[in-house]
Amino acid sequence: MTTPGDSGARETWPLWEVFIRSSRGLSHVHAGSLHAPDETMAVRNARDLYTRRAEGVSIWVVRASDITTSDPDAKGEFFESPQGKEFRHASYYSESESVPHL
Amino acid sequence: MTTAKTTTAETAVEQAEFDRLIESDSRVEPRDWMPEAYRKTLIRQISQHAHSEIIGMQPEGNWITRAPSLKRKAILMAKVQDEAGHGLYLYSAAQTLGIDRETMFEQLITGAAKYSSIFNYTTPTWADMGSIGWLVDGAAICNQVPLCRASYGPYGRAMTRICKEESFHQRQGFEILLELMRGTPAQRAMAQESVNRWYAPALMMFGPPDDDSPNSKQSMAWNIKRFSNDDLRQRFIDMLVPQAEVLGVTLPDPELKWNEARGHYDFGPLNWDEFYEVLAGRGQANAQRVAKRKKAHDDGAWVREAARAYADARMEERLAS
Repeated sequence: MTTPGDSGARETWPLWEVFIRSSRGLSHVHAGSLHAPDETMAVRNARDLYTRRAEGVSIWVVRASDITTSDPDAKGEFFESPQGKEFRHASYYSESESVPHL
Repeated sequence: MTTAKTTTAETAVEQAEFDRLIESDSRVEPRDWMPEAYRKTLIRQISQHAHSEIIGMQPEGNWITRAPSLKRKAILMAKVQDEAGHGLYLYSAAQTLGIDRETMFEQLITGAAKYSSIFNYTTPTWADMGSIGWLVDGAAICNQVPLCRASYGPYGRAMTRICKEESFHQRQGFEILLELMRGTPAQRAMAQESVNRWYAPALMMFGPPDDDSPNSKQSMAWNIKRFSNDDLRQRFIDMLVPQAEVLGVTLPDPELKWNEARGHYDFGPLNWDEFYEVLAGRGQANAQRVAKRKKAHDDGAWVREAARAYADARMEERLAS
């Protein structure tokens, strides 16, 4: 199975996925990917490539080949558990709709 | 036989799921099944786009050391750095389709992959930095904004990031021309002469007229392309005319005229022979652009290899300890 950004063995440098925290209080969000020889250079490249306009206060990098993902071919079955369980949402309970603070 | 039948049936299910995504204007993501032609079209378009950004660094890089002030030099460096960044976002997006960067680089060097013809024009004057920003980046933005909604997720996301950064490029170019137009007669003449050279090539950046653009229809059906070449060109011209008035430059087309009935500007024919000549490699700087890219790549080989060797050695040390 291929990882999200895995692109073959011909690259001199491995591929890294970059996650940026745009400001304190927010989580790191995937920004994109890049090539770098090691983790130190990956973080520096990520700073130059993804935060040229102060878009981040913190950077995570992870080797694309280290990411494990759910099986894309099984997306239907894998995510079907919540189907038909509308009672997990507040909107399911209509009787109490007009009651204040509920 | 049974296997072949199953495969066909499976493909039909996959195709139906793909069609459903396109029809509902949803997004296709890297590991989804997609028709081979869709994948190929995207690889071609995204890699060409990436190559254009990277080659596009050269005509402007040409003026970094000769920018007329420290402020202009800093701006130009930031812009060229953005272009490198845009190239990298797009190469990453193309890679999610299963092509590696070395292959894309080889395709650029051998001419198997194209890049935008506009970057094969030379930049003999400082005013060309203004014209590139105003006209070339202006046309690029017009083209790129609808691509933010392209059906392939990674492409759309790369384009969203690019468009956010691109608007500064157009404004800085406009202001270079504005400053020249407020200057001496010689400076005004330089601005006008530059606009004269870049206007038509910029309009041709949208690609051939719709009737001569065989791939457009399929790209639109796949929600990769949202508007036709001619529609985008018209939209761009309609935006340019009032901007040219603010600048005080003349757009070099005697047939350019407001058409009340159409609600658009009419414009004269473009020289498509020139477009195809440049595309075929016979522009002002085709050979020079590719040679320079190859030299930069070759000259950087030892850096890539040394960094890799260092990383490998450190990894071994860590494993040994």
